[in-house]
Amino acid sequence: MDVSKDLVAASATPLVLAILADGDSYGYAIIKRVADLSGGHLQWTDGMLYPVLHRLERHGHIAAKWSESEAGRKRRYYRITKEGRAQLAAQRKQWQVVDGALRGIWLKACPA
Amino acid sequence: MTSFAGQPLEGQIAEWRSFVRRRQALHGPDVEELEGHLRDQLAELTEAGLSGDEAFLVAVKRMGNLDALSREFALEHSERLWKLLVIARDDSDAAAKTSKAEVLVVVGLAIAAALAIKLPALFGLHLRPDEEMPPFYFRNASLFVFPLLAIYFLWKRASGVASSLWLVLPFAAAALFANVYPFPTGSNTEILTALHLPIALWMAVGFAYIRGRGLAGNDRMDFVRFSGELFIYYVLIALGGGVFTGFTMMIFQSIGINPAWFVAGWLVPCGAMGAVIIASWLVQAKQSVIENMAPVLTRLFTPLFTILLLVFLVTMAWTGSPINVKREVLIGFDLLLVLVVALVLYATSARDPQAPPGFFDALQLLLVVSALVVDGVALAAIAARISEFGFTPNRVAALGENLILLVNLAGSAWLYAHFLRQRTSFAALERWQIAYLPVYSIWAAIVVILFPPAFGYG
Repeated sequence: MDVSKDLVAASATPLVLAILADGDSYGYAIIKRVADLSGGHLQWTDGMLYPVLHRLERHGHIAAKWSESEAGRKRRYYRITKEGRAQLAAQRKQWQVVDGALRGIWLKACPA
Repeated sequence: MTSFAGQPLEGQIAEWRSFVRRRQALHGPDVEELEGHLRDQLAELTEAGLSGDEAFLVAVKRMGNLDALSREFALEHSERLWKLLVIARDDSDAAAKTSKAEVLVVVGLAIAAALAIKLPALFGLHLRPDEEMPPFYFRNASLFVFPLLAIYFLWKRASGVASSLWLVLPFAAAALFANVYPFPTGSNTEILTALHLPIALWMAVGFAYIRGRGLAGNDRMDFVRFSGELFIYYVLIALGGGVFTGFTMMIFQSIGINPAWFVAGWLVPCGAMGAVIIASWLVQAKQSVIENMAPVLTRLFTPLFTILLLVFLVTMAWTGSPINVKREVLIGFDLLLVLVVALVLYATSARDPQAPPGFFDALQLLLVVSALVVDGVALAAIAARISEFGFTPNRVAALGENLILLVNLAGSAWLYAHFLRQRTSFAALERWQIAYLPVYSIWAAIVVILFPPAFGYG
């Protein structure tokens, strides 16, 4: 099962913010983490993560800096900011509303 | 394990890198970041047992379609290629067709602008070399060409006619307020109207430029960039026009014919109007050929103006000579603030919002602070004069503008200081500048609409 494009796009921001709230990270690791978390069902086109990261950075939700990776290559590490955490909390509430609404109707309409 | 020295993979990565580099939306650091990603992916795939070629194919495929990717980057970083407008069109065949149609539309609108300035002549308002220009032309200067410029943008952005119809309103209102008030000849409020109407109307042109989507910050910044480049192109065209005019006079006078009636009545006014449309088109079309000039000039003149203001302050403190408040001083200091705001605005527009604070940002802060101090000193001197001689429309207009610019600069200084101490991102400063833009036009509209009746058209 592949999750639809729109859902992937909509969930990208809260996922990235939540993963960074869990600890600083970089692009490749974030994508790995998303794949792990979703059991491989959330397939991102790898490159598309970076415009998302840059947008979040522009909005001040995350901050970035170049550091050396363990192998000695330059890598861009991202960390969540205070505003980012606030944004994450807001997004979480919105998703809970969506989730709650869906659950309510699914139990009635199509009991699994 | 992200280096593949000595393997064919390293060559493939280099090829991929140079291919990606050709995309104008992707800058060096972005490519580096993506390459790091590619290498991580390759390391994992080869470790899992794939051959170099297989791993490379999979990794590149997972990275995604480069066209789509660079389009995403372009949307996110519109400051990098607002000029190319690649977001709107990626089909080169269609692009070639529209550009031919565009030339026709541009030439048509330029001719329309040139004819528009001649319309008043049908009603007896002539432009003649030996007579003063009727004030009608001063008051309505922007109305001859701005509506046509708006039409050009609406056409270019393929905006619907119905949704853009409301843009007629500001232009109609401008025509009304420029012409219904009974100004005595040469009154101060009439001159104020002539000076402020273009500023107020420029916002309407801006709405046409951004297709009425006034909320997205990127779009507004694009319009700021456009305005700066348009100004520079216009000055360049005007220089050329001056040379052209000079030769016209010279060669005809050499055979005993005076072409002054043609130069003053046709060449200069029609050229000045048509050039606005042509320059706008050139800004859009030729951006890829010429680098943006406004940011380059900003870089050049920011240090010079900073030094000038600092030396001025030191000299004033040293000699103790007060500012000699004459008629023009208040306007002069207004213009100084306008210039500093423009330097800040264009430095902001060209800056990579993600770059860390640097020397140039500190210099900008120094410039803004010294401008604030200089203006503070000037304002104190002017306030004394006003309390002595009372209010006139010129003084109130100049004071209002001074205040508006002061607030902008104070806010900018505050945000620059915060940014330099890494308390806030550069985006905050950019947002402040963008959010402030309508204030200028609204104040200009107030001057046009309220000042003449408030000061008895004097």
